[in-house]
Amino acid sequence: MASNGSTSNGTNGSNGSKRKNLVVVQLSGGNDYLNTMVPYQDGLYYDYRPNMGLKGDDVIPIDDRIGFNSHMAPFKRLYDKGMMAVMMGIGYPEPNRSHFRSMDIWHTAEPSVSSSEGWLGKVTKALDPEGTNPVTAVNFGRGLPRALAYPGVSVASVGALDSYGLYTGLAGAGNRDALLDTVSRIYQPMSADGFPSQRILETGRGALDGADLLREAPGKYKGTIEYPEDNPIAQSLKGVAQVTSANLGTKIYYTAHGPFDTHTNELINHALLWDQVSEAVELFWADMEEQGEADDTVMWIFSEFGRRVADNGTGTDHGSGGCAFLIGPSVKGGLYGEYPDLSPDAQLEGDIQYNTDYRDGYATILESFMDLDSEPILNSKFSQLDLLAV
Amino acid sequence: MTTVSNRQSTDIALMAHLLRRAGFGATRDQIDKYLEKGYEAVVEELLNPDRLPMADEDLMDRYFIASVEARSAGHADPQWAWRMATSYKPLEEKIALFWHGLMAVGGVKLDHGLEMLTEIELFREFGLGRFQELLQEVSRNPGMMFWLDNQNSHKDAPNENYGRELLELFSMGIDEMGEGAYSEDDVKTAARAFTGWASKVTPPPFFLGPFPMEFRFDADDHDDSEKTFLGQTGNWNGEDIVRIICEQRATAHFVALRLYDYFVSDTPDSAEIERLTDVFQANNGEVRAVLREIFNSDHFKSEAVRFRKIKSPSDLVFGTTRLVDRFEIPELDSGTLANYTLFMGQHLMNPPSVEGWHEGEEWVDSGALIERINFASTEVSRLDARGVQRMLDRVRETGDELNSEQFVDACLDGMGAIDASPRTKSILVDHAERYGTPWEVEAPDSLERAIEMFQLIVSTPDYQYC
Repeated sequence: MASNGSTSNGTNGSNGSKRKNLVVVQLSGGNDYLNTMVPYQDGLYYDYRPNMGLKGDDVIPIDDRIGFNSHMAPFKRLYDKGMMAVMMGIGYPEPNRSHFRSMDIWHTAEPSVSSSEGWLGKVTKALDPEGTNPVTAVNFGRGLPRALAYPGVSVASVGALDSYGLYTGLAGAGNRDALLDTVSRIYQPMSADGFPSQRILETGRGALDGADLLREAPGKYKGTIEYPEDNPIAQSLKGVAQVTSANLGTKIYYTAHGPFDTHTNELINHALLWDQVSEAVELFWADMEEQGEADDTVMWIFSEFGRRVADNGTGTDHGSGGCAFLIGPSVKGGLYGEYPDLSPDAQLEGDIQYNTDYRDGYATILESFMDLDSEPILNSKFSQLDLLAV
Repeated sequence: MTTVSNRQSTDIALMAHLLRRAGFGATRDQIDKYLEKGYEAVVEELLNPDRLPMADEDLMDRYFIASVEARSAGHADPQWAWRMATSYKPLEEKIALFWHGLMAVGGVKLDHGLEMLTEIELFREFGLGRFQELLQEVSRNPGMMFWLDNQNSHKDAPNENYGRELLELFSMGIDEMGEGAYSEDDVKTAARAFTGWASKVTPPPFFLGPFPMEFRFDADDHDDSEKTFLGQTGNWNGEDIVRIICEQRATAHFVALRLYDYFVSDTPDSAEIERLTDVFQANNGEVRAVLREIFNSDHFKSEAVRFRKIKSPSDLVFGTTRLVDRFEIPELDSGTLANYTLFMGQHLMNPPSVEGWHEGEEWVDSGALIERINFASTEVSRLDARGVQRMLDRVRETGDELNSEQFVDACLDGMGAIDASPRTKSILVDHAERYGTPWEVEAPDSLERAIEMFQLIVSTPDYQYC
């Protein structure tokens, strides 16, 4: 399962065959696990959720204990195709209930020490050690998530694909070539006294190299799937589909949706968010089939934490433990882990206890799907979960 | 050719540095005017914006009609962007932006433009005064109460959100391990003390426009039992929590650290921050006193911290806009300035979460850098803008014939006495050489060459620093 060492560049999977796409979707703000995967036969759930408990038509049963939130019907269809693994009770030891800190923990794969190095930044480095491909990792959205931050790794961060590039809007820029030529010389990473920093120089280098590649992607894309204009996560996933089909050697795709911080008005807001996410994800997988990319793609969906077991009247406060989804034709569909026990003795300060370490999920994706050695990336050896048919 | 003594050029560079940090940068002409007043007098002027006349709100209201009693955050941001792009009291706006990032309220949840503008005004009014007073005001701010769900915090069911963020993000802070100088029990106690603090219910902001939000204290819904908070026991209400928080060294340290990060350097200097923590405590937590100490310190004036802070998107957008100076009155185009900070990762009045923005190098990912270069290079190309005309005048006034080094230096000076690393400068000089040397004021391409050099300068990594 270990990586086969030094592949020369990142344009091919290390097994020498097709490249592999990892698509990560972050649910920002703390997705309420209990109202996502609903334990609809558990009396304790309704005891703790007098106002927020979902029942009857608000639940789509999976088995005789657990069901999806009714605003996740597309997820149920993907689940029924056997291509979705739901990891229940995922988390990490000594949970932190700060959005900030907990998101960092998921981003850096480090629950006990603070780090600014993102796990996917390290993956990008492992896939493309020399940084030869500036679009090995592409983020769709504003600002770079810490998951993708790593010294020396350039990550393209894209709002709209078709207008991406330098001086593209400069009126009558007959001098564009001269400008680009000099700018390209300035953004040569080299050791200096820290001004401008190496990181800024490398960012500039990556930006210049990546821009021209990415701007071409929508033109190469031929798809029939219609992603709704008013669903931001659908638009981001459309961008992902366009880049996968352009064959640029991109392997890591990142995007986020939210805010899942449902302290109030949860029944309305949480439902709307899941309408958007599940619609977008189903369309994306139909598109991947159409593009012939589905077999080489997996999608990982996570949130920084779940929420308190008991509701607070109209919402739920920050909790710990949650669920994550791994989706794709190569995934062995089903429910994994145990649904956390809601009894008072089993709770951790009013929250559920996790039973699967999130890094087991990372390690499984890295080893079984991406064929990488997970140990240097996660700083330790984690269990392999039997989630993928390889 | 004008020559300046070393002393003069040192003073010019220092004044430019002060105005980039305490404001959004200044044009070369403005720097000259400030120099006549002297450094310390300028520091005092910046620190006391209330001594200068008020901003012309009627003018803004006339042109940004949708910003009057703004319905959503998106209707409100043109007002604030205009202030940042034009205010002659730049520190008033810069400190408001500082607190907006630190005590972030986001339009994604509080989509109420009128209330957003009220918050920014609160930060202008109290942002340079005593921290305790600011924190009391913020805790009574109806927008904040709504944003952090305190209207749903009841005597029998406290909602912890405000109590937690008050301690973690607004005052005492957590270290890099997520640990604070307070316990989970203190969070819960703070939440209990703030039960009954809420915003009054107002009609929804549609059809008739938004209604101003109002704070309301409901004594019946307040937990008035005895509480122990940070080791002190009493029948504490929210004011007491704020008072006790402000007695803590951790709070002084937290504010000093954040002010240092924002105004001085992305790399914290622990000795300097300890010193500022003392200043904060010795001055009753007055922010103005800490900033006075910062701006007048040898550390702040030293080369070691100059150009060592990454410009935030606001620094870049409003700094460049001030330099180019193309708006005499608010107009349609100026209403879109806030869109550019959004594209660069800073959505004004809608920070990504209650923790505000991650500052420093994280601002500049490759997508954001492309936005920065495209925005700034387009702006400095505007021949019809007054500021660009003045930049060109400055280059022309330097001499009729300039060798390539002199030409690059004249452009950098004309753009507000900015600087670049020796390596960057040498590449800019090479670029000037492409078109032959010397640069001649009478040559037919003199103007285009200067504009192209401006475009290049704002494209450099060096321009990303302030």
